[in-house]
Amino acid sequence: MSHIPSASQTVGPFFNFGLTTNAALGNLAGPGVEGERIRLSFRVVDGDGAPTAGDAMIELWQADTAGRYPHPLDPHGCEAGVFHGFGRLETDLNGCCTFETVKPGRVAGPGGSLQAPHINAMVFARGLLKHLHTRVYFAGDPANADDSVLALIPEERRSTLLARCSETDPAAWSFDLVLQGERETVFFDV
Amino acid sequence: MIEYPRPRPETQPVNQYDAYRSTHRRAPRQPAIRLPHTISELTGPLYGHNPIGETDNDLTRHFPNPPQGERIIVAGRILDEEGRGVTNAMVEIWQANAAGRYLHSRDNHPAPLDPNFLGAGRTLTDADGNYRFTTIKPGAYPWRNHHNAWRPAHIHFSLFGAGLLSRLITQMYFPNDPLLPLDPIVNSIADPDAQARLVSAFDIAITEPEWALGYRFDIVLRGRCSTPFEESAG
Repeated sequence: MSHIPSASQTVGPFFNFGLTTNAALGNLAGPGVEGERIRLSFRVVDGDGAPTAGDAMIELWQADTAGRYPHPLDPHGCEAGVFHGFGRLETDLNGCCTFETVKPGRVAGPGGSLQAPHINAMVFARGLLKHLHTRVYFAGDPANADDSVLALIPEERRSTLLARCSETDPAAWSFDLVLQGERETVFFDV
Repeated sequence: MIEYPRPRPETQPVNQYDAYRSTHRRAPRQPAIRLPHTISELTGPLYGHNPIGETDNDLTRHFPNPPQGERIIVAGRILDEEGRGVTNAMVEIWQANAAGRYLHSRDNHPAPLDPNFLGAGRTLTDADGNYRFTTIKPGAYPWRNHHNAWRPAHIHFSLFGAGLLSRLITQMYFPNDPLLPLDPIVNSIADPDAQARLVSAFDIAITEPEWALGYRFDIVLRGRCSTPFEESAG
């Protein structure tokens, strides 16, 4: 017998005391985890360019530096431990939040290919009846050129999925998450 | 392997739903790009939360004194699309108090806060997918979506299942609430049966004598097992 998945409903504006009180979930890779340490900052804005002040939440899921997910379905998976690969933060009054992690490695893609390094991101907010799925890729990574998912996206919109590295701090990356309008971030139907 | 068929559109809300005003400047306008399911989507967070505390699933015991309002038990099963219980699923809830007020700095509804009620809890499902919370029946409250707009009483539910694609945030409603047909958030789901599945049912078997009324609320997460011989999608 087939059961129909329950419907999504908005997270609403008042989730923080239920979901985002644990600031430790801003760190996906604890001390001692191997890899290139980065800080990944998001800024979430609406169709008017206004920040999602305090009423949006971002969740991340990523592989470790060797491209291994801490999950039993990954045949090359790593142990869940200090690297748990999951992060969750609310956006502040400026629509911003910053995660600490390591740059992910490449994971398997279709047909024996490898995907470019990416972090899976979900956005929940007042005004979103269903959460949104997107991916964060890293600007300048040569692997982006033959990534099978980026290839699905019209060329002029691909850059919306690129995090940019700070000119002064090579560990600081930023990602503009535009919910609507010009430069609208690419979201996926999953 | 678990596969994730795409849900029938009418069983899920649309993001561009004009009657819910906050969607106007937040719902994306570009069509979503269909993503084949890769290992990035088929895996998902299982860990990374703090250990669950002993009273985390009893919202009436977070302070030395009990909160105001009608004590209730909310229990049910978390299932996959084949009706199998999802083991060790993280269930988080949050809600307004009995007067319809959230413990949130920007909730300015002029109803009293309750010093003995936080309104947030969490638990893990057991081996058969069962969960259980004790809480207070939340009050309805006004919001500024349209003239004389009131949210039906509800409890927010957040769930993590087997993979990223089973992630769900939803709301549980109460039976026979006259506000339900007026609520744009409920009405954003086109299929009346899918709306009805978000309404809990009074259940005498969950009800505890001399203590609390019980409501049953089952949730189905995306994902079903395929046979080992089938190729996974994508």
